[in-house]
Amino acid sequence: MTSPLEQKKIKIAGPSVVTANRTWDGIVVYRTAAKGWSVDLSDAAIVRNSDEAKALLAESVADDVGAVGAYIAPVQVDEEGKILPGNLREQIRRTGVTIGSQAQV
Amino acid sequence: MYAYDEIDRTLVNERVSEFRDQVKRRLSGELTEDEFKILRLQNGVYLQLHAYMFRVAIPYGTLSSEQLRRLAHIARRYDRGYGHFTTRQNIQFNWIKLAELPDALADLAEVGIHAMQTSGNNMRNVTSDQWAGVAPGEIEDPRIWSELLRQHTTLHPEFSFLPRKFKIAITASDHDRAAIKIHDIGLRLVKNEKGETGFEVLVGGGLGRTPFIAKTIKHFVHGRDILSYVEAILRVYNQYGRRDNIYKARIKILVHELGIEKFSREVEDEWQHIRNSSLQIDDSVIEDIRSRFTYPAYEKLPHMPDELRQAAADPEFEAWRKNSVAPHKVQGYSIVTISLKPTGGPPGDATAEQMDALADLAEKYSFGEIRVGHEQNLALPHVAKRDLPALWKALDKLGLATPNVNLITDIIACPGLDYCSLANARSIPIAQELTRRFANHELANLIGRLHINISGCINACGHHHVGHIGILGVEKNGEEVYQITIGGRADESAALGTLIGPGVKFDEVADVIEDVVEAYLALRERPEELFIDTVKRLGVEPFKERVYATR
Repeated sequence: MTSPLEQKKIKIAGPSVVTANRTWDGIVVYRTAAKGWSVDLSDAAIVRNSDEAKALLAESVADDVGAVGAYIAPVQVDEEGKILPGNLREQIRRTGVTIGSQAQV
Repeated sequence: MYAYDEIDRTLVNERVSEFRDQVKRRLSGELTEDEFKILRLQNGVYLQLHAYMFRVAIPYGTLSSEQLRRLAHIARRYDRGYGHFTTRQNIQFNWIKLAELPDALADLAEVGIHAMQTSGNNMRNVTSDQWAGVAPGEIEDPRIWSELLRQHTTLHPEFSFLPRKFKIAITASDHDRAAIKIHDIGLRLVKNEKGETGFEVLVGGGLGRTPFIAKTIKHFVHGRDILSYVEAILRVYNQYGRRDNIYKARIKILVHELGIEKFSREVEDEWQHIRNSSLQIDDSVIEDIRSRFTYPAYEKLPHMPDELRQAAADPEFEAWRKNSVAPHKVQGYSIVTISLKPTGGPPGDATAEQMDALADLAEKYSFGEIRVGHEQNLALPHVAKRDLPALWKALDKLGLATPNVNLITDIIACPGLDYCSLANARSIPIAQELTRRFANHELANLIGRLHINISGCINACGHHHVGHIGILGVEKNGEEVYQITIGGRADESAALGTLIGPGVKFDEVADVIEDVVEAYLALRERPEELFIDTVKRLGVEPFKERVYATR
């Protein structure tokens, strides 16, 4: 799960979204096609090539009052169009820690 | 306990006001994240996977009951009901809201706690032995000197923008519980032939992607000169440290590249310029700090009270006592380590309810004082031996009497990929599985002292390099893979572990550790030979053969 903080170039291999943390409370959000942020991955705008990804990221970074630390994250889109996290890191960000009940109070 | 003076209180309160204004400007958009980031880092606020993470300093690991209750309050009011004690005598809250942080800081300031310099490229929390002031045979209480350094370096402009973060640890005992050899500067209190207090000074230790054990730069620096000598080291580092490359910016790289002889000459030259300056410490300064530490009014108590003699018949009590209770410098008293490593639990976590209850127990049994150790456990430093049975029962009810201190399930683990934005792999679930595999206390006692340290990335917050068994999580082709080292240690004989072979997958880690332990049990010469000594005697090969023969 290479940290996106170590990403040097924008190179995507499949469907991707832009994700960040909401500025006032830090929770995970996704950039929407309506140029807003949503806590629901299913609302995320999907990009499928580097140019689209660059454009979505640039627009997202510009809105740093709304959210911080924006980066491109891989997703999978199933046959019914449902968007799923593309790796373990994003799975954990979406569904929470994997360590049991205490941290999920 | 140390009582802050008016200067400390004013400084902490002013800092809260300043940060409240900074947060307000950030949320209004007046400050960009780029402008704000350094300000939040200087107040212990990181951005992690799920939320902001708030790191609070516990200088030299000493807390009062009142302060621990306030940490419980922070967990309950502003977070999700628990906190995580770290390997550097800090506590972290994982779910805090930026908008509420100024209020949390204000609540902490009321009891003399803050988050200054718990992140950023400055002098971090000065850490020490969690048994400071009560350990038998100690030269003197190292917290007095830790406090001197804390006062001198807090918000010091010359040390606020160092090439990289900078960590100091101090010990005053022969057995090093503060891990001074893996710090940027390690200080060991010693006496010279005249009986004067001074320090052996070590420099250039650190873990991360390029680990080094600290080297002794000077065998004796008089106590009155310690500020000027530390400052001389920092000045050389500030001048020559690699600001151009974050991976080479720590002082350990500078010491390695220059060599300890050249580095020490540079420090010596600088020291001669500042040694006889206002940095020279007058005895009255030390005495003033010493006077602000309060020590308990110990009673004259028997070495073996009746209560303890009777409780010894209970095997469960005895199992706990043998691993958790250590000798105290005062007859009739003990130091009690509180394991934060329950079977199946995240290492170092404590709930708000546990913190509150422990604060009450500290008031009842330990003169209202609690300590935090770098192994992610807590301690009650002044428990009368007659009270041990009652304390054990109370701790057991709270889930805080796991009898595993220093055993295989007393695991150090970083937050890993479950929380940390830098992590490549999970740490906590590995620790949880290992605590389940070795939950049988008879087996754990049979194995004896064995420290497992787990990090979820090469930054090594879980100190994997110096675990008797070290586990490092990395990412390979999108999968979590774990490298296993053995033979590391963090004490006075600090050493880096040796890799035993190729990495293994998440699901295989516990099996591999079982194989390593089985190999040890078969190879040790006698039950008293510790794992670390068997590895030292035989090297890694027999362990490697055992693990990889069938893989």
